[in-house]
Amino acid sequence: MAALTPTVLDPAGYELPLEQRRLLRWMLYIGYAALIAGVFHGLANALSYAGISILGWFPGLRTYYQGLTAHGVANVLIFTFSFANGFLPLMTARALSRPLDRRFLWASFLALLTGNVLVIYAVVSNQASVLYTSYAPLQAHWTYYLGLVLVVVSTWLALASMLVDLRGWRRQHTGARIPLLAYISISSYLMWFLASLPVAVSFLGFLLPWSMGLVERVDPLLTRTLFWFTGHAIVYAWLLPAYVSWYALLPRQVGGSLISDSYTRVVWILFLLLSIPTGIHHQYTDPGISQHLKALHGVLTFGIFFPSLATAFSVMASLEIGGRRRGGTGLLGWITRIPWGDPSVTAQLLAMLTFVLGGATGLINASYTMNQVIHNTTWVPGHFHMTVGTAVALTLMGVAYWLVPYLSGRGLYSRRLALASSWVYTIGILIFARGMISGGLHGMPRRTFMAEATYYSSEWRLPGLLTGVGGTLMFIGVMLFFLVIGLTIVAGRRGEQPSDIPVSETLTAPALTGWEPRLDRLGWWFAAAVLLIAIAYGPFFLSYAPEAVSPGFRVY
Amino acid sequence: MKVHSYEKAFLAVGIVVLLTCAAALVYATAARGIHLPGVSGRVDPRRVYQTPPFDKPGVREVGPGRYEAVIVSQTWAFVPPEIRVPANAEVTFTATTVDVIHGFNIEGTRLNMMLVPGQISRNSYRFTRPGEYLVICHEYCGLGHHTMAGKVVVEENP
Repeated sequence: MAALTPTVLDPAGYELPLEQRRLLRWMLYIGYAALIAGVFHGLANALSYAGISILGWFPGLRTYYQGLTAHGVANVLIFTFSFANGFLPLMTARALSRPLDRRFLWASFLALLTGNVLVIYAVVSNQASVLYTSYAPLQAHWTYYLGLVLVVVSTWLALASMLVDLRGWRRQHTGARIPLLAYISISSYLMWFLASLPVAVSFLGFLLPWSMGLVERVDPLLTRTLFWFTGHAIVYAWLLPAYVSWYALLPRQVGGSLISDSYTRVVWILFLLLSIPTGIHHQYTDPGISQHLKALHGVLTFGIFFPSLATAFSVMASLEIGGRRRGGTGLLGWITRIPWGDPSVTAQLLAMLTFVLGGATGLINASYTMNQVIHNTTWVPGHFHMTVGTAVALTLMGVAYWLVPYLSGRGLYSRRLALASSWVYTIGILIFARGMISGGLHGMPRRTFMAEATYYSSEWRLPGLLTGVGGTLMFIGVMLFFLVIGLTIVAGRRGEQPSDIPVSETLTAPALTGWEPRLDRLGWWFAAAVLLIAIAYGPFFLSYAPEAVSPGFRVY
Repeated sequence: MKVHSYEKAFLAVGIVVLLTCAAALVYATAARGIHLPGVSGRVDPRRVYQTPPFDKPGVREVGPGRYEAVIVSQTWAFVPPEIRVPANAEVTFTATTVDVIHGFNIEGTRLNMMLVPGQISRNSYRFTRPGEYLVICHEYCGLGHHTMAGKVVVEENP
């Protein structure tokens, strides 16, 4: 690789106007606050599997399923999207060295804030204990559906602020390649925009009018299918901001380089094309959907595994470059030279290691017939606490260790406490996932108040115990994170913050001729994704005759 | 776009692993007859108990060594709560719900179905080991969800 010429795009730092930095910072704070608020019920849920109920000690939200709704909504919807709303536009502006569109940024912030207020009202007043999947005919108060729609709208507005920025940049740089960091940030949200349309149709077209009493009945299989139409791609909307950090920032943080510009763009294009036409693998055990369509989505889900395999190689290679530049030798000696003392790096490395197990268990979820053994058992939360719950959450915590100082102008309060947080969290998730995964293989049900269930199997005893122990450690890890970030914001030393975003150099520069510039035709790739979705979902929507059979039930 | 030779090898191995897994799934489905639920008809959730076969929930013999188990789910119980079938018989479970979405999972087997209002869920299973099997509703269905369970008793052949 030594023969290649390292290139650095825009080596000069760029700082956004203060007003925009402040808006982005507050979106990030909303996200991290949601992470912290959501894990209290995470702890209660995990301990319930060990046979312990602590809900009686909570000041509010004392029913299990109300708490489970709060945990899911706060941690996978509000946390992830608030973070992405702040992070992706910030990366785009940095890469393009241009301010964002002010009006769209404000609109995004206000939509996010209003959406949050509505959802919090509905959940806290126990009028929305329907879990984050919102399966009809369980019915929530209309503020819940409207609030979630506003959160989604805020992501569209954040995308608009980036697209306006890109259009302005392109006018000034005719014939130039889009800077990589902007390219991957924008295409992450472009994928999500397309993916979010079905759930928007479901909420605005069916669930919201139904919850307001404007229509009496809905078709539960239709709204459920629309949910999963969005619902698998949503996991990549959570994951891609973490990938942006792994690809474009982390190499710089460890002293390495990103290995290939085009390769990285190809990975994002594959996510744009393949994330969405896979959703029916969440509905393998559903009635009313043909086995052929289920099999097609299974095959495509195997396909979406490929860009993550490619990521494993690329990210590992850039880490190796960093380790060797820092004096590491031998087959594995470079691993010890990666700066493990940097809490931002360590958090992300531990997130990646856990993601290997998360990916492998995900492949089993996608495995058509095998899915019947584990569907809706604790296997599934065991899996996704290693993916969104660690690969994403721990990476975003790691990013906070430089991002919050960068935006707040204060130095990180304690490196040691931050390192302890990541290690405790990782040990926790490994124990927790071992419990949930093994319990799931014995049929231990997810989404169930096990501490007060009227049935029990002796095979769930050890798995339940491990779930409780691991979940407690994860909770402690997040509390340590809360302490570090909270103290950084109020008591970090002024002036000790990083002065720029750690943008990595790339070993191979973007090509200006050949087929590679075509990767930048985002509109064209967007259209190709729409075509693939039409092939994968067309057969269902063309053959399925919806029947509005279900009134709302509020049995919680 | 230059792709490093190690990377090509890594990706090639990955693709081979994925293709092997996919081939195993094709084998399980085609040669071993392990199927997922599919399109099995509809029923109006308001008229479940008046619509055959749900007007007579329970087990009936439909042929030599073949049984049909008709199950209705509602908050928060299965009707009937307990069924008995002989070992080594082919049992087809036909189930639906009268209210919200429920789950139907028989512990220790691959029999796992979602019960969605308006739809009929159907899948078959052959119990080889006699004994009691816990049946759990494994989809959240409201405040009493964790009390919703039933039982399949597999009896030794006479």
